[in-house]
Amino acid sequence: MKVIKIDKKHWAGGIEKSRSAYRLFGPVMVENKNFSEFKELDAGEMPDMTATDTRTSPKSICFPPEEVMMEYSTDETRDDCNLMRVPAKDYSPRAIIGIRPYDAAAYLVVKKNFDTPEYRDPYWCDAYAACTFIGLAVNDPSRLDFSTSTHSGPFDEIGLDVLLVDMGSHYFAKVITDKGDAYLKAAGWEEFAGDDAEQKIEALKVKAEGAIQTTISFDRIKEKSIMELHGADFWDDAAFACINCGTCTYVCPTCWCFDIQDETRGKSGVRIKAWDSCMYPLFTIHTTGHNPRETKIQRVRQRFMHKLKYFMDKYEDGIMCVGCGRCIRSCPVNIDIRRVCQTMNG
Amino acid sequence: MQNPYLPYPVRIDDIEIATEDKSLKTFKFVFLNKEDEEKFSYRAGQFGELSIPGKGEIPIGIASSPVEKGFVMFTVNKAGLVTTHLHNMKVGDVMGIRGPLGNWYPWERLEGKNILIVGGGFAFTTLRSSIVYMLDPANRSKFGTIDVVYGARNPGMLLYKNELIEWEKRDDINMHITVDGTNDPDWKYNIGFVPPVTEAKAPKGDENTYAIVCGPPIMIKFTQPVLEKLGYTHDKIIMSLENRMKCGFGMCGRCGIGKELVCKDGPVFTLDQLNRTPREY
Repeated sequence: MKVIKIDKKHWAGGIEKSRSAYRLFGPVMVENKNFSEFKELDAGEMPDMTATDTRTSPKSICFPPEEVMMEYSTDETRDDCNLMRVPAKDYSPRAIIGIRPYDAAAYLVVKKNFDTPEYRDPYWCDAYAACTFIGLAVNDPSRLDFSTSTHSGPFDEIGLDVLLVDMGSHYFAKVITDKGDAYLKAAGWEEFAGDDAEQKIEALKVKAEGAIQTTISFDRIKEKSIMELHGADFWDDAAFACINCGTCTYVCPTCWCFDIQDETRGKSGVRIKAWDSCMYPLFTIHTTGHNPRETKIQRVRQRFMHKLKYFMDKYEDGIMCVGCGRCIRSCPVNIDIRRVCQTMNG
Repeated sequence: MQNPYLPYPVRIDDIEIATEDKSLKTFKFVFLNKEDEEKFSYRAGQFGELSIPGKGEIPIGIASSPVEKGFVMFTVNKAGLVTTHLHNMKVGDVMGIRGPLGNWYPWERLEGKNILIVGGGFAFTTLRSSIVYMLDPANRSKFGTIDVVYGARNPGMLLYKNELIEWEKRDDINMHITVDGTNDPDWKYNIGFVPPVTEAKAPKGDENTYAIVCGPPIMIKFTQPVLEKLGYTHDKIIMSLENRMKCGFGMCGRCGIGKELVCKDGPVFTLDQLNRTPREY
């Protein structure tokens, strides 16, 4: 596999050069806050490659918290009154700089939902097709990172086009796909890294994987039936502290549930897709008032069962979690998916 | 592949009050673009999303039948924001329909079988679609006996009354219309709840007989033991579910019952399937 060396002296120049062919996205420190977020980089703005983790995941690049799907007019004097039309969208090439391997892996999890043989969400799929993922390996995993147990890992390449490894004075850029190669060329980075580059990367990878402190297992969850797990007696305890704030679903890179809403001002309006959460009673309430997941316990159970059991049974391809640890870090009442998984697997 | 969120534009062609309390109206829609009607080719049991710009969308079972051409028909209960707005719309108004969505009654499996249909209240829409489909001259010979138990609170709350009376007169379908009660002295059909009428009138369950059940939860609760008593096994009892929905094609996530989504894997399930699924509907 080809490895390119990028001297950090050439980093800013390359990023700048690539702007002519790509819209750039990357982690940026939020002003006056002690966290970073993924966003589209403004002119001259550089991705913060020292950010250990973004507060929310970069899923928003293809799945914005709110996205206009259609526009309409309710003006009866117009020929197109009440007819929906799709506004023009910018699906020119995007480079996602500094995405972490588990977040790239999450894109492939979410893809299973939005890109199916029968239906295709054009908003997500077209945005995704426009992306080149320039990942950054995690040299020092956080104590909440358990990505090695979820078919990902701090140096995992799945879902990435390039894997950057921070070597101090320079990056090694492991070229994974042609798309990745094209980006590196557009940035003008073409220096051969040397024959021992892969070995050096491997050494850092072993070190990083060894630094991960917790693992989860779901082998026995697989063997248990949905009804057995759904009817288990531990959900009361698992949900006891939950305040149904929904933070876990918002920070999660694999949560894809959304709402569709119409917003009208005067006689023109838009139909939007907006993030929703299974933690909220409104998510499932019927017009009659009947709510199939009326209680907190039912909703907490739904979240964990979806991630750790329903997804696994439906796609037979692991769990709907990449081990980033964001939900654990952000939960105001310290609910820990690792502990719930352990209980379910018990 | 086309944008599945984008509705086909339709015009309201006809509106009929469907029940005497005016809580239900039947809407006939025609597609503004003829080719959209082809794209909306559906099977009995499927649903569509009725889409009103500025109000939202609502999933409703298709009441017209695949053998009826030139329009699609939906009978809608006035209940929430979208349906209340729809009830106030008039013939000629333009809106949208998305679909057809979901699966359908398993017509391939049902061929050559006797069919028992049990319906209650306004959950008779896709059942009407099914009956019209089966009674079509091109299809009737594909099925054995057809029995229909259909009940409503009183005669004025029965949907599609003219058609029910027509079907009563035919000898290739056994109708068992019933009402909970009536003070009409000329009422010549059954009086009683759906479960006991089913017990008294429905054919016995066997290898060759399927029951399709659609109705309010209370009806389903008391009909199930009756069907079991009559010999219907759970793989021969077919039901259609409802859940809150938005997208209607399996992406927005809210209508999940276990690993199944009511909108895409359903709404039609056998009782056997539902027994292995959390009852979150």
